[in-house]
Amino acid sequence: MNLAWRDIRHKLGRFVLTCLGLSLLLSVVVMMAGIYRGQTADALALLRAIRADIWIVESGTLGPFAEASSIPGDTREMVARINGVVEAGSITMQNVQIERGGRKVRLQVAGYEPGRPGGPIHLVAGRAITRSHYELIADRQTGLAVGETIHLGRNDFTVVGVTSGVVTLSGDSIVYMTLRDAQQLQFDLAPSATRREAARGAQRTQTDLVNAVVARLSPDVPPDEVAEIMRRWKHLAVLTDGEQQLLLTRTVIERASRQLGLFMGILTVVSAVIIALIVYTLTMDKIREIATLKLIGAPDKVIVGLILQQALMMGVFSFWIGATLVYFFKGWLPRAIVMVPSDIASLFGVVIAVCLLASTLGVRAALRVDPGRALVG
Amino acid sequence: MAANTPSQPLVEVKGLSKHFGEGESRVDALRKVTISVGAGEVVGLLGPSGSGKSTLLNAIGSIIEPNEGWMRLDGEVVYDNRWLRRDLRRMRLEKIGFIFQTHNLLPFLDATDNVAVVFHLAGVAREEAVERSEQLLDYLQVGHRKHAMPSQLSGGEAQRVAIARALANRPRIILADEPTAALDSTRAGIVMDLLRKLAVEQRAAVIAVTHDDKIFNRFDRIFHLRDGRLDDEGDQL
Repeated sequence: MNLAWRDIRHKLGRFVLTCLGLSLLLSVVVMMAGIYRGQTADALALLRAIRADIWIVESGTLGPFAEASSIPGDTREMVARINGVVEAGSITMQNVQIERGGRKVRLQVAGYEPGRPGGPIHLVAGRAITRSHYELIADRQTGLAVGETIHLGRNDFTVVGVTSGVVTLSGDSIVYMTLRDAQQLQFDLAPSATRREAARGAQRTQTDLVNAVVARLSPDVPPDEVAEIMRRWKHLAVLTDGEQQLLLTRTVIERASRQLGLFMGILTVVSAVIIALIVYTLTMDKIREIATLKLIGAPDKVIVGLILQQALMMGVFSFWIGATLVYFFKGWLPRAIVMVPSDIASLFGVVIAVCLLASTLGVRAALRVDPGRALVG
Repeated sequence: MAANTPSQPLVEVKGLSKHFGEGESRVDALRKVTISVGAGEVVGLLGPSGSGKSTLLNAIGSIIEPNEGWMRLDGEVVYDNRWLRRDLRRMRLEKIGFIFQTHNLLPFLDATDNVAVVFHLAGVAREEAVERSEQLLDYLQVGHRKHAMPSQLSGGEAQRVAIARALANRPRIILADEPTAALDSTRAGIVMDLLRKLAVEQRAAVIAVTHDDKIFNRFDRIFHLRDGRLDDEGDQL
């Protein structure tokens, strides 16, 4: 005879409502873990989309994601001539904000040379960029459809293709355009500013700059070896793909991860306090029944079992509902949420431990109940 | 465990005292109380509020610890200025059945399981526990309500289920605290008849605390308590 389950079944509505409330709290804990994994996945997705073996950036910088980097546009040709480099491409990265349907949308504009590394790998709709100007490939998350036109800088761009699964570290969607268009967008001054610069006799600003050059190497050439050769050029810095991954996952998102970890810790403590209070309240509601059980001879293990089992059932149901909610609704959330089975299992373990710990308050109250209370009318 | 012989009373209390508080706030709830109740006897504990009736019942039921005295229950000396058994709850489960003023049924169990819970605690298998519980409910003429939850039972039915629970482990000692307080005179009479029947058939000792003058004539003996003292050795009725 399972007294815990019988008691829950007797007050099923209250138990379900309690679990629903708790599940929302636990779903936030699950979401935090998912956001952390999502952030890492986003960072790596961008790198995987570019599929570079080495990154050539401005000397003394950790560009182009961790720090700003600006190098001459002809660097690509120098890189391409190095033994072991199969292909190389220049890229630019720039954040812009557009208005779409009355809503502000943040985008990252990636400039690349069609036919060279740095562009989108696969398209889910439309075609690749074929004209040298004013064509765009947008990530599906932007909501832009093939044939749609958006205004960027001083020009209108037409969406000719749609890719998917590529966002920036901050979760912004990416749009691809030709390197030349991206350079104009990034470095060209507004006409009034150009006229002012000309009036004061300044030389025309150089616009053939890129943020980085990415190179793919022959499979039999170690990236570190090629990187070492390029590092002899004092005006450039070189990162292998492994170093870039490490930089993004360990350094760039480290602070955000620490913050997420802090929130998770606080939420876990809050959950523990709430579970403790719920278990305590459930126990206090049963004082007379507990006293009766003690009076008719129930040993402590029966009383403790009653409370612990209820706390565990509450934790298990709430966690299951919370995790299921996150699983089904993660697509509607603004940030990518990646649910890793090992994370979910670890969180489940933490919730079970929290339930056991939180029930000590209720267990203590129950063990102190005087069986004589059952005799009080 | 010592066995009770025919000549020995089932409940034997000698010089039992209990006080609450110390110094000026000390209240003597029991003062050297001595009683004995034999098998098949139904005795009443009477007295005004605060006279020590419930304290005596709780002490015999091992719910509170006396300060001094001696007590033998069902042939086993359980108290001699200190408890001689550590597992008092087990002792209650084995020897004592409680009947409360309010039925105190567990609200989340139906009538059968409210009785079966005692068998469950005693380690009896589920099927046997249910069968024996149903037999008890039938015996107490409430078997037709075996699947009803406590909230669906009338006062009399609930009290009979509570009595069935008290009898589940065939206790030799039945302690009843105002067992008829919540019942009308007809049902009170039925309950007292039932207690008498149990005392006779199961050779049990029944001790009931009561204020209910309608049932005074149902007791074999009545002990009057006043300020923690027994007025007499038990009036024979």
